Amino acid sequence: MRNIWLIATREFKHYFISPIAYVVSFVFLLVMGILFYANILASSVQQYAPGVQIIIGPMVTLFLFSAPAITMHTLADEQRSGTLELMLTAPVRDSEFVIGKWLGTMMFVMVLIAVTWVYPIVLNQMIDPGIDQGLLVTNYLGLILMVGAFMAIGVTISSLFSNQIAAFFATLGVLLVLWMIGYPSQALGAMGGGGLLTYLDISEHFYSSFYRGIIELKDVVYFISLTSVFLFFGTVSIETKRWR
Amino acid sequence: MIQVEKLSKDYGNRRAISDLDFTIEKGEVVGFLGPNGAGKTTTMRILTGYLPPTTGKVEIGGFDILDQSLEVRKLVGYLPETIPLYNDMTVFDYLYYMASLRNIKDREIRIEEITERLGLADRLDGYVGKLSKGMRQRVGLAQAIIHRPEVLILDEPTIGLDPAQIIEVRNLIKEIGNEHTVLLSTHILPEVEQVCDRVLIINNGRIVAEDSTERLQSRLMGSQRIILKIRDDIAEVSSLIASTPGVLSIQQKDDNTMEFETAAGDDARAEVARRVIKAGHDLLELRSISMSLEEIFLELTREDPSANIDEVEEPYETAGRQAE
Repeated sequence: MRNIWLIATREFKHYFISPIAYVVSFVFLLVMGILFYANILASSVQQYAPGVQIIIGPMVTLFLFSAPAITMHTLADEQRSGTLELMLTAPVRDSEFVIGKWLGTMMFVMVLIAVTWVYPIVLNQMIDPGIDQGLLVTNYLGLILMVGAFMAIGVTISSLFSNQIAAFFATLGVLLVLWMIGYPSQALGAMGGGGLLTYLDISEHFYSSFYRGIIELKDVVYFISLTSVFLFFGTVSIETKRWR
Repeated sequence: MIQVEKLSKDYGNRRAISDLDFTIEKGEVVGFLGPNGAGKTTTMRILTGYLPPTTGKVEIGGFDILDQSLEVRKLVGYLPETIPLYNDMTVFDYLYYMASLRNIKDREIRIEEITERLGLADRLDGYVGKLSKGMRQRVGLAQAIIHRPEVLILDEPTIGLDPAQIIEVRNLIKEIGNEHTVLLSTHILPEVEQVCDRVLIINNGRIVAEDSTERLQSRLMGSQRIILKIRDDIAEVSSLIASTPGVLSIQQKDDNTMEFETAAGDDARAEVARRVIKAGHDLLELRSISMSLEEIFLELTREDPSANIDEVEEPYETAGRQAE
């Protein structure tokens, strides 16, 4: 546990030294602000009270694209700079190393998510009788669980490359595929096998429950298992590096 | 402290090291010597637990490197060939991080001691990425010895250092070697003579010689080598020289020159000179040459199997070809 924490905090500090964190946060919060403003404006013109979805909706999409940027350097850079050799010969288990890396990215993402908390506060002031607090909390819970899975996927894919750009696009590709894999299920419905694809679909586990204010155990389990499975793959990937 | 038995490592079809056997006792400083691609780095990576061996068994401090990898890693300090540094950290943060991973108490004091020793004390707040090559090498070394490891494995520790630093690092290694076990790889032969108690010479993935530095030299001094130069084609006298009593082997160098070996003390020069002149050739040069460690090294790592020295195995045929 101690090693995980040490690796995670180093990773977390790294974000505030490297430009990646600032660029990602800046773009992320800028786009969030623009969309928030546009949504408020639209709702005042069309005379309806906006819900927390106008905050969460864009945020989910933005995370889909910024998660690869947040995770791309994690293990790829260690391989490129040779520090992987240092870590793998230090008294640290491979799993501790991978989980530590993931936890570090999560800590950074939590900071980013914490900043977005201003939007619900502002929104709460603007509309009467205020926003649905329960819906807000559910949405944020779902978001954190989902982003946790994004980060695990990103860290694991980063272990496969020593080039950050390659890691970025591969992660983006995997996330988009997992995001949309449910679509063909409608067509497949008649042939069977569609249910499995729908189950694998990430968006299906968010939009149909957390987004509507429902916490379903199966969705919580899905995200936690997705995260664990990918962290396990990441550990295996690091272990097999030794055998190559 | 380090026990290696029948260690082999394949990279795909290429055999990087084959059947290495050696033991290193506690408190020994052992030099690992060999040309590029001989298998030094591979062996060191196996010893540190970075790479698993294909076959064979390695024990460090009584722990198996595969089954008790974490225990081994706690004992070992390692400086890899490519210095593993986080460029975005300051020297202090980097060493503090490594010390934390090693679970060292009073880290600040330890860092202070080591950086003082390695001349890094005024660079503690500088970023690792901004350091010069020599400074980076020192930070890497500091990382390897920060936990006062029982076993120190250094892959070319003095590369990129200036002469004054080289001497300092060598002294440091010697000092560590008083209590701890050190295995270092190098191309620099004087370094071996100065620092190491014992040398392992490796070529094409095999140990070709293993002895103390002095004994290795004296063993090769056991025979004497003599250069002979005549005005005419040397081939004409080769059979003549070979049949001279006391001459062990001959080797043609170029058209006019040959080198022959005699047993120590049995100086066949006078007889050779007589025979050459009697045969009607002009004798231009006849002198004995002594071998430096450089020559021993070259002799032992030469691909040519005719370089026959006792106990030297023939180079591993296929590995030899692939290494070219």
